[in-house]
Parts: sequence; structure tokens; C-alpha cells
Amino acid sequence: MRSLIIKGGYVYDPLNGVNGEKTNIYVCDGKVVEEIEERDAKVIDASGMVVMPGGVDIHSHIAGSKINSGRMLRPEDHRKDVVKKTKVTRSGVGYSCPSTFVTGYRYAQMGYTSVFEPAMPPVSARHVHEEMADIPILDKAAYTLFGNNLFTLKYVKAGDIEMLKAFILWLLRTTKGYAVKIVNPGGVENWKWGKNVGGLDDLVYNYEVTPRQIITSLAKANEELGLPHTIHLHCNNLGVPGNYETTIETMETLKGIKPKPGRKTTVHVTHCQFNALDGDTWANVRSGASKIAKYVNGHEHVSIDIGQVIFTDTTTMTGDGPAQFRLWNLTGNKWVNKDVEMEAGAGIVPYTYKKENLANSIQWAIGLELALQIYDPWRVYLTTDHPNGGPFTFYPKVISWLMSRASRNETMLEINKSCMKRTTLVNDYREYTFNEIAIMTRAATAKAVDLKNKGHLAPGTDGDISVYDIDPLKWAPSKYRELEKAFMLAKYTIKGGDIVVKDGEILSTPQGSTYWINSAARNEDELVKDLEADFRDYYSINFRNYPVEETYLPRSYPIKLEAV
Amino acid sequence: MATYSDVICPFCGCLCDDIEITVENNKVVNTKNSCAISRSKFIKNDWGRIIFPTINGEPAPYEKAIEEAVKILSSARRPLVYGLSKTDNEAIREAIHLTELVGGVIDSTTTVCHGASIIAMQNTGVATTTLGEVKNRADLIVFWGSNPAEAHPRHFQRYSVTPKGKYTPNGRSGRYIVVVDVRETRSSKLADQFIRITPNSDFDVLQALRALVRGQKLSVGEVGGVQINILEELADRMKGAKVGCVFYGLGLNQSEGRHMNVDAMYSLVSELNHHTKFACNPMRGCFNVTGANMVTTWQTGYPFAVDFSRGYPRYNPGEYTAVDLLAREEVDAALIMGSDPASTFPLEAARHLSKIPVVTLERKETPTSMISKVVIPVATSGIETDGTAYRMDYVPLKLRKVVDPPQGVFSDAVVLRDIIERIKALEVDSI
Repeated sequence: MRSLIIKGGYVYDPLNGVNGEKTNIYVCDGKVVEEIEERDAKVIDASGMVVMPGGVDIHSHIAGSKINSGRMLRPEDHRKDVVKKTKVTRSGVGYSCPSTFVTGYRYAQMGYTSVFEPAMPPVSARHVHEEMADIPILDKAAYTLFGNNLFTLKYVKAGDIEMLKAFILWLLRTTKGYAVKIVNPGGVENWKWGKNVGGLDDLVYNYEVTPRQIITSLAKANEELGLPHTIHLHCNNLGVPGNYETTIETMETLKGIKPKPGRKTTVHVTHCQFNALDGDTWANVRSGASKIAKYVNGHEHVSIDIGQVIFTDTTTMTGDGPAQFRLWNLTGNKWVNKDVEMEAGAGIVPYTYKKENLANSIQWAIGLELALQIYDPWRVYLTTDHPNGGPFTFYPKVISWLMSRASRNETMLEINKSCMKRTTLVNDYREYTFNEIAIMTRAATAKAVDLKNKGHLAPGTDGDISVYDIDPLKWAPSKYRELEKAFMLAKYTIKGGDIVVKDGEILSTPQGSTYWINSAARNEDELVKDLEADFRDYYSINFRNYPVEETYLPRSYPIKLEAV
Repeated sequence: MATYSDVICPFCGCLCDDIEITVENNKVVNTKNSCAISRSKFIKNDWGRIIFPTINGEPAPYEKAIEEAVKILSSARRPLVYGLSKTDNEAIREAIHLTELVGGVIDSTTTVCHGASIIAMQNTGVATTTLGEVKNRADLIVFWGSNPAEAHPRHFQRYSVTPKGKYTPNGRSGRYIVVVDVRETRSSKLADQFIRITPNSDFDVLQALRALVRGQKLSVGEVGGVQINILEELADRMKGAKVGCVFYGLGLNQSEGRHMNVDAMYSLVSELNHHTKFACNPMRGCFNVTGANMVTTWQTGYPFAVDFSRGYPRYNPGEYTAVDLLAREEVDAALIMGSDPASTFPLEAARHLSKIPVVTLERKETPTSMISKVVIPVATSGIETDGTAYRMDYVPLKLRKVVDPPQGVFSDAVVLRDIIERIKALEVDSI
């Protein structure tokens, strides 16, 4: 029996209404329990420290063909951040495209225990799972790309919501995916002809459907199926000045969708910062964050993650080929484009966010404005859209910006001056509390993907716990550097009841679980007949070789939907 | 008798996944849909197999051979692990782990193949696509320094020339095929247009094309032996294509200029995306050389030529590449798997290989196995074992086992794991 007591820490467990109370947490056989005898257990002294559920990252590109092409593209990125092997850990490289092992270690060192890969192209799903198997410690899941899939477009065009629902379940099961991801709906398909869409009512070539139809159909199907997460949406017009209008229009078009029972949201707009630009060109670009925040505050069907920008050299990579093409034209940096038959695509461009650059400064401010001006922390989550806004290893920095006006001030004084005029950041004195940070980094994200045993510490939940060496009673916003240090290297990270990190050092590397949706619709026979015909004609691999075998998931955690 | 359908052919980078295999008494007796090379690999799978380990040419029990391999690798100062491309990802993972444990250098056959393409990609990036996109949309195909008719026999039929796809209902007649090469080949004979260039002029021709695509006028009559009007016509054809794709081979990246040639090609193709949709794919040879690059990249950050001597991965082609290390006589032991460097490497490199203790994981006798101190027989990946392989366009496929390996013969992954377990038990002071 493996038992642990985390004793005397200030516990932040927002889902259970625990807000910094000094209390003990008991763990036995990998689960949180009511209480155990102290003599049977290993005791961790957490007095004067912050205790939270393990971090849950809802959107981070950690595995698959895209991040791996980024790794391959950028030896110069790796050379500045090398990681030696130890008795318990493998070697690797870090920075913006960390190797798989290092990805697991560094998340765990920050007290994170679950991470979601947000863009899995179905035909290379096997690759995503192979890499996830090589990411130690973390529990994982991947969102399957749906927004430009041949069959999605076909069933949306036909207005056949039942076939669309059957297809969603089939593809999630086949790719071992967890949620419906949509990237620039319609735009990525048009990019296969070198074109894009410019708004919600543009047409997709050869299908005569619009992004609006794709998004609403998928959202409707998603909610009717009762999937654990809403649609996870990367909006059209990413990175285009003035795109905040498209973003609000997108949110508005999903207002009428009926959410699944027990949920109020019908859409998660991801890395919202990239889709919150006001202005007409890069010359007069300004922040549209306040308008989006105002909309989100008034409409409870929307959640977002911020996609915070960090001033550093990073590697941008998205399933949005045309957006990356635009970025290549803007920067002249090296450019990778990858089109994926019948389903998806991707683009990669290295990028450096610079403080003196006005657009970058505005982007930095937008992420923080979104977080500060959306008042419900249950609907705005911390991400950098790793590695697009910056590497995930900068989360402690983002936390310090959110919790400390002084920390923001320090950066504000260094960035492009026009940023003051073109954003509202200077007006904002809000400072996040530890409780709100616990919400936006674990409780709310776990709830958003409906992992009931994550993100809180009620008896019966997974023993995923982080302990940070910072005393919330003695801390003040002026001491933001201590805060960054504490969140950078957790005092303890406990995963499934095992101590995986102590004093920022990795002690053990257990294999995490992979969550996926294992359900089938009643009309699946009809669906499969239709799929088989198109597979034969249009795919370059055979139908039978397409599904990802469960053996690729070293710890498989299938979830059956209740509604189906 | 048993029949297996949708089997994946573990020969070339095409990984055709529609092979039908008939097995009788644990022997492949017939194949359907396979090309001549594939058929020969399946049918002759059991020919001339090594079925027991040897030490110094003498038969030895498996345990003894593993022990000897452990001794060689753990006592070496700078061991080299080389090959990888003809085995599955599961084995490649173990090979990387082993190299890390002993602080060695790992390199794959990429180094003597499309390594130059990867270096070019790291300079400029690349616009690429999966093969199904080519089948469904492309109306212009350019083969440059590649000869799929002989090296990738079913590429034309399955992916690039004749297949009918979603927006290519007319198959062959809807596509214009150009072959650029220094000599006529079986592929060039099937093309709509053959452009013969002077050997080692690829870079010049590509740069000229790039200028023409940009709308510049060139004041020369010919480049690389090609009349300028022919290049002008090709540039216009490329810009005017609905969707185009270049498939290039070693003819481009092994001729003078090497990665700079590929750099010029990638730049041209990227440039073309200002006018239309264009992609460029290398024609990978060994069936899982792409997987070797992928696994090495996700575990270490680098695609080939990775040195672990400092305890963390370092990458520098030319310094940590197998040929160079051997030619400089820097390595003092080697583990070779899925490759035959003794016959394919330059003489100085091969000569050094014959002077150091070599452990070889092999299926059949090769010049490399003959100079090896330890030879451990292994199962045929993709015929006698399952496993994962990546097609030349990075599409991952699960290989299918159709027959059992000979008695007492294990997969590469199992043999490597056995070596790793024992080395771990030694607790070598290499951390």
C-alpha cells in the first residue's frame, strides 16, 4: 500500500470550495482518500506552501508530425537548451521544440500532470500516439482534426447530422482521439488549392459549404453526442488584423446551439490572443481584446484559452497552412508546409517575439487583457499555445504577470511605447489570486474536458498533486520573482500517488494514461459502407490499415459516452 | 494455407499496403499486387538465413552472444550504432536508448542517402504533402534525379502518374509528367517531357528556373545544357499547374552541390506557392528510413548523426556521421543493424570497420556480418514481426507479421532490449 500525507499546506481546491485553507491531503494507492493513519504513510511537510491539484493543460502541441517537423527543422533551437541523462531520466533537448522525454519532465517539474495535444491529423494519429507513449509521467489525450475533413464536409453539405455524429464517434475511436478540433474551417481545404477563406460565409471549393455551416454542424453534433469537451475551435482569419470581428461573429453563431446536459458552454475558442486583433493592417493594428472580453462576459456559452505571447525565440506551428504561409511572407524565415490527404494540413515558421516590435507588444498585451478582463476564471485558461506564443516553460512568467501588476509593469516599461495607446492593459489593476490561478490552470481546464478525477482533491480523485514552495500569507505582488521561481520548479509533484518531482528534480517516471472516446453510433454500418467507398477511391492507404491499434497506448483509458 | 490481405510491403519507402500474401507451412508461397522487388523479398525471405548467433565466426548460444555484445559495447569509449532504416520504430527506440546508455554515436543510412535533403530542410524548410494529395489533385508531376520505374516500381501506379483521384478523374491523361535527369531512364521514357541536364548542373538549372518563375529574363542561351526556352516553358508550366509536385531522388542530392541543390529545389518549390500550389517530396529508399529520422528526432531533437558522448544529444553532420567517424578512425566498436556498411561505405570507412569489434544484427550473411565479431540473427521486420514504419511522406503504418521467424531468432527490438537490460545491470559509469 503506497500512502502519502501532504501535511499542513495551504490547499487551493476550487472545485470543492477550498480556498487556501490549511489542511492535510491523504493519498492511498494512487487516489485521494478521506484519511489514513500517519504511521502507515510517508509524510510530506507542506507547511507554509501552496498545495493544488496537478496542473491540467488544455492546449499544448507536444506530440505528432507537426512538432516533430519543428524539432527536425530547428537544430539551432535545441543547442541552447540541452538536458543530460541521469540515473532516472533520459537525455534530450528543450526550448521551443522539446524532445518527448524532456516535455514530460518539464511539465512535471512545473507541477503539471495532464496535458492535451490539440491537433491530431487522423492519417498520422499513430505517430501522435507513438510520441505520447514516449512522454513520461503525464496523462494525455489528443484532439482529432475534423474541420476540413472530407467526410465532415460531405455530411455538412448533405445536412446529414446523424451521419456526421456517427462519423465523429467513428473517427475518435479509430484515431484514439478525445475531442473535436476545428482549425480554420474550410480554409485548410481551400489551401490545398493555394487559397483560403476570409470569413464565415466564404465557400469551400467543390463543396459549396461555408465555415459557418461547418462550425455549427460540428458543434450541434458534438453537443447531441454529449462529448466530454465542446468543439475546440481555432477560428478563421488567425493572425489577420481586424479578426476580432470574425471571432465574435463565430461565438455569436454558436449561441443558439443547445449544450449537452450539465454544461453551459458550446464552444472553446483556443489561443484567442491570435484572433483578437483590431485595426485594418499591421500598421494600425490594435487590441480587440476588450471587445472579445465584453462578449465572453455577457455570454456563458464560450470558454477561451489565452495563447499568451512570450518575448522569446520560438517555433510557430499550426494546422492552419494558409496562416503559416502568411507568416512566412511576413518574416522570410524558413517555412514548412505539410498537406495531409483528405483531412488536414500544417505549417511551421520559426518566429521571435520582440519587445521593440509594436505588433508583438500588442499581442503580449492582448493575452493578458483577455485574462484580466474576462471575469469568470472558469472560462478563461492559461496557455501559450505552446510553442506558438512561446514555450510552455514560461507559464510561471505568465502567472506572475497575472498575479502581479508590478510584474506586468516591469515588462510594460520595456515594450514598444505605442502599445500603451493601442491596448487597455495600462488601465488594468486586477491581480489574480492563488485560487483563481488554481482555477485557470487545473480546476476549470479539467472541468472543461470533463475529467472528473482531475483538477480537484475530493476523495476518490487521482492522486495528482503539486506543492509549490511559496507562502500565500507572506506573499505580496511585489515579490513576483519568488512566485515565478516557486511555480517553475515545484517542491513536490505527485502523479497517481507517486512522488515524481522533489525540489524540482525528477525522482521517478511512471507511464501516464491516454484518454480516448470509445463509442459507436447505431448507424455505424451505414457510415462504414460510405467511408469504405471513398477510402478506396481517394486515400493512399487501405481502410483496414487506418485505425490506430490500442496497443499504441501503453496505458489506455477508453471512455464510453453515456448518451450513445 | 493462410492468406493475408492489406499487408504492408517492407521494402521501399512507398510502403504499399495492399499486398496479399499466401503462406504455406510458415513460408510465403505467393504474393499479389506486389512489384517484382517486393515479391522477391517476401518469397525469398527464408533463403540463406542466419539461424544461430556466432562469435568470431563460431556458433554460440544466444546468451553468450548477448554477453559478448554487452562486453564490446560497454567497454568501448566511442561506440557507433548504425543502420536503423530496415527495421521498425520499436527497434529504433531501443537502439537510441542503448546508444545513450553507452555514450555512443547513433546514425542511420540517411547519412549516405537523404541526409543532404534534411540539411537543406534545416536551412530553408520545405513544402511537402502526403501522397494521397498528389493522387487527388496534382496535374503536374516532376521527377528530378529519380527513377521510380526501377527504384519504386509502384509509385507511378499508386500515387503519382496513373491513379484517378477525387479531382483527377482522368488519371494519366490529366497529368503532365516531366522527368529531369542526366540520362535517359525507364522513367523518362514514360514521361511527357524529358529534360536532359548536364551532370552536376542541377543547382544552376534550379536557380535559373527560380529566376524565371520570378519573372526575370535571363540573358543566356542555355543553362546546364538546356535551351533557355525549354526552361521558360517549364517555369510557365509550373506556375500554371493547378497543383504540382516534385519527386526528387539521389540524382539531385548526391551530385555536386549536395544539400545546396536540394536547398535550391526547396526554394523553387516554396516560391511557386506564390503562384499556385506546389509540393516537393524526396523519394526515400529503405522502407523505414523515414521512421528512423522521426524517432531519432522526437527522442533527441535531431534526425540523424547524434552523439551522446557528453551525456546529452548533439548533432553535427560531417562530425558525427558514420562515414566520417569511421574514416577518421574515431570509433572503437560498432553495432550494425539493418545495413551493410562494409560493402556500401567508402574504402577508408569500411577498412576501419574491419579493425574494430563489430556486433551485427542481421538476417543474411553480408560483407559486414563476415567481418563482425558477434553476429546475432534477427527476424525480418514487417514479415516475421509486427512494428511501425513511416512511409516516405511520413504516413505511419503498422507492419503485419505473416510468418514466424526461425526457431530461436528474435526481433531487433527484443535483442536490443536484452542487451540494454544487461548493460543497465552493469551500471556502467557513463553518466
